[in-house]
Formats: sequence, C-alpha cells, structure tokens
Amino acid sequence: MVSTQPILSATGLTMEFRGFLAVKDVTLSVNEGTIHALIGPNGAGKTTVFNLLTKFLTPTRGQITFKGSDITGLKPAEVARLGLVRSFQISAVFPHLTVLDNVRVALQRPSGLATQFWRSSNALSALDERAMELIDAVNLSSYRNLTASELSYGRKRALEIATTLALDPAMLLLDEPMAGMGHEDIGRISDLIRRIAKNRTVLMVEHNLNVVADLCDRVTVLARGEILSDGSYDKVSQDPRVREAYMGTEHE
Amino acid sequence: MAVGTQYLAEQPKLRTSSLVLGAIAIAAMLAAPFFFYPVMLMSVLCFALFACAFNLLIGYVGLLSFGHAAFFGGAAYFTAHAAKVWGWDPLAAILLGVAGAAVMGLIIGFVAIRRQGIYFAMITLALSQMFAFICLQAPFTHGEDGIQGVPRGYLLGFIDLNQPLTMYYVTLAIFLFGFFAIWRIVNSPFGNILKAIRENEKRAVSLGYRVDRYKLGAFVMSAALAGMAGGTKAIVFQFATLTDVQWQMSGEVILMTLLGGIGTMVGPIVGAGLVIALQNYLAASDFPVTVLIGIIFVICVLLFRRGIVGEILELMRRKGKSAS
Repeated sequence: MVSTQPILSATGLTMEFRGFLAVKDVTLSVNEGTIHALIGPNGAGKTTVFNLLTKFLTPTRGQITFKGSDITGLKPAEVARLGLVRSFQISAVFPHLTVLDNVRVALQRPSGLATQFWRSSNALSALDERAMELIDAVNLSSYRNLTASELSYGRKRALEIATTLALDPAMLLLDEPMAGMGHEDIGRISDLIRRIAKNRTVLMVEHNLNVVADLCDRVTVLARGEILSDGSYDKVSQDPRVREAYMGTEHE
Repeated sequence: MAVGTQYLAEQPKLRTSSLVLGAIAIAAMLAAPFFFYPVMLMSVLCFALFACAFNLLIGYVGLLSFGHAAFFGGAAYFTAHAAKVWGWDPLAAILLGVAGAAVMGLIIGFVAIRRQGIYFAMITLALSQMFAFICLQAPFTHGEDGIQGVPRGYLLGFIDLNQPLTMYYVTLAIFLFGFFAIWRIVNSPFGNILKAIRENEKRAVSLGYRVDRYKLGAFVMSAALAGMAGGTKAIVFQFATLTDVQWQMSGEVILMTLLGGIGTMVGPIVGAGLVIALQNYLAASDFPVTVLIGIIFVICVLLFRRGIVGEILELMRRKGKSAS
C-alpha cells in the first residue's frame, strides 16, 4: 500500500502574522498510504501548518496540492468534502450530543439528509447501522447513548476518530491524537490509527516520540517554523540539528 | 453562547407527558376567549409566535439578532398594504407579509451572517434601523400615521373575520401552524446540524458543512415566521405603524424570549404572555409599565438565567436524575 506518490504536497508555505513568521517556506509532501509524523518542539508551528493545510488559515505565500489539484484557494468545508479531514488538538466532539448522534452528524451530509428541515429527525435512524459499525470499530458501542461530554478523554478522541472516519476520507490529519492520554489509551489509539491507515493516508502531529518511532513511516521535523529534517525516524533521530532543537527545549 | 441545552438529551418518558400537556394547552387556548378579552389573547398569540421565531435563531443556532422588528413590522406593512390598497384576501395578504419578511431576512442575513456575537447583533440592529427609516419616509407606509383602517375582510372569501371569535380562532390556527413549523425545524435532520454547529462550529466545518449556509437558512426561516406574526397582527389590529419596526420592538422580543426561557419550545410563549398581560393590565394604572418590566428583567438575569420555563425544566431534569 505504501507508494511514493504524494497525495498531499505543500510548496513554499509561509504564514506571517503581523510581521511574525510563524511558518517559513515549508515544503512538504506526504506519500499516499503512509503514516507521516510532523514533530517539533513547542511553538514550532505544527498546528499552524495543520491549519494551513486544511485551509483554516490562508497562507501568506505558497501552494498546496491534494490529489493532484490545487487547493490553495479553497474554503475549509470544501477541503473536507474532497476527502482531507482533520481533527483538532482540543478534542473536537459535539459535547451535548450522544455518541451515536456525534457520528450521525458526520454521516448526514454525504447521505443528503442534512438540509431536510421538513422531515422528522426520526429519518436519521436510517444512518444508525453505519454509525454503529463505526462506533464498534473504536470500541465505544457500550457508550453509544452517553453524551460525548460524559466520556473519558481517551474515549472522546476515539469518538472523534470514528466521526472523522464516517466521512471515509482519503487522508486524515490528526493533531496530537494522544495528547494527555495514559498508557492504556495510547496503546488503544495507536492500534486504531494503524488499522485505519491500512487504506488511507495519515499525517499526525505527535509529541510522544515512542509512538512516532513505532507508528510512522516518515517524519518531518519542524522548528521555529522551518523544516529541520525529513526522512525515516532513524535518519531523523540521528540528525544532530534535530537532537539540539529537541534536547534544548525538552530538558530545560 | 451557552444557552438552553436541556432539551438535547430528552427522555422518552418526557414525550408522552408533553403530548398530554400539549393537548391540555390546546384545549385551554380553544376555551380562552370565553374567559379573557379576545383582543388581548390575539395580541399574546401574535407576540408569542414572534418570540418563538426569534427563539429559533438564538435558542437553536446561538445567533442574537437585534433587528427582528424589521421582519415583524415590515411584514405588517406589506400585509396591511395588500389588504387595504389592493384589496387582497387576508390569507394572501399575510402570505405576502411572510414572503416579504423572508426576502428581507435573506438580504439582512446575507450581510450579517459572516459576523459573530456582538458584531452580528450590531449589524442586524443597523440594517433594521435603516429599514425603519425607509418606513418613515416611504409614501406607502404613510410616515408617522402608519397604515390605518386595514379591513379584516373575509378569509378565503367567506369566513367573516370581523367576528371577534372567528378572528381569534384563525389567529390561533396561524399561531399553532407557526409553532409546529418551528418544532419541526428544530427536530429535523436540518435542526440536528444546527445543533451541531452551535455545539462546535469548527468541527462542523471540518466535517464539510458550509455552516454559513445553514445559519442563513435558519435566519430566513426565523424572519419568515416573524413575518407571519407581524402580518397576522396587522389584520387583527387593522393597522401597521412605525412602533412595530423600531428597535424597541426588537428589544421587547428579546425580553420575552429571555423571560420565558431561551432554547425551550414553550418559554417564548410564556414570556410573551407575561409581558403582554402586564402591559394590558397596567395600561390603565398610573404605574409606569416600563419600570416594572425593567425590574422583572433585572430579577430574571440575576436569579433565573434560564428563564421561567428553562428553570422549571432544569428542576425537573435534576429531580429525574436523582430519582433514577
């Protein structure tokens, strides 16, 4: 499944906030079918890059290509419709909706039910079967009637992934999917990501280097808004500049 | 805006009891004109529908419009003009008011929807004041006089609306139609997406929803229903004046909704009933109504922020939780 064909690529991506260069000339390409990690010390601009790639921010300069077409000028909802779907650093669920409803919201648009204001919401039960499959896949079936706000942190992340998968995206961008999780949850989410990446591409921001080493095919290191190093985990972790950037901030 | 989330996790048990309550309420509304002054009741119904339409926007989308008077009062002018000058059937005249309010909602909403929070409120206020100024100047609205002496006419050509009881039941039917339309919208697949947008807008965008279109859709629906209330009011009271388009009216509907309970289905009705009843019974006394309503408003904000119905529902929810 791992190919050398880039599904997402960015060239010369630059983001300037009132004179502050958050992202400098970042050129990045993610190959189809890989799990690609974006790592770097705090404030390196990882989340900004994510926001640029999913169009939640518009780059000052640079170009983004997804599946061969230029998406630089698109709006975030359009990018999602093309199959490039993201998660957020702070878990993005609909807190007062049930687990089942959370997933159904994602299924509503592709099934054409989202704009029907004259029908009863009972019509949404047509989506229950598919929603339960997705909920099963992340081991949340016994929580389906709880509201999302009642779930533990790790389960919220799992729910978020189930919701994202409901769109059947070609590519997922996961922003720190394991931030703030315990060992058990990390193992579970790692397995989940490995499973969903079988026929998809994943780009993830992650701080836990053990997870990155274990899970990712390729690593891009970002520091102060610039790409420091790019390649396999082994290659990148040997890079003296990376060691300096990381040790410098991680062990202060 | 953290408003009214209690209805989201509705228990099935609540459904049967709300059906029973609904039946009792409808029976009470059918009997009401034999106990109360019908004109006041019709006034309550018009304002209750107006408040429910407003609540559709603030309670279920989280958008505070400070310009809803434009739709209410605008529709009143359209309906009054069609009924008086063109001699239209009252139903057709009201429908024209609804359509006019919807078009205005599309225009005002299109401009305002890109902004959030206080900016959204300010833009709706500014645009509705512009409309109020047009109403003051335009020849067909007759400036300070307004359109007076609108004939109630014959509904569908044969139902004589000059009979107070008939007028009351027609108003009630329009109110119930509007109320159920709102209930349907809120509990529809579309309403589900509105809730999702209010809960977490960014997430809705990342799932591919063009949230501005959903908000605009809700805005137009809210405007059209506010127009239905305004058009009906013009037929009931047989006039359309500047009072209905000015910002005070936008403020009044906010007060009614807040008092009754934002984000609850019946809250706005209770709020409208309370405000109209107070205005009616105190109109004859020397006590200034605005002062009393101001005091009630302050008490509401300080003591029961969910509004009357909102607090009752919260109490029932807590009780239900401790019982189970």
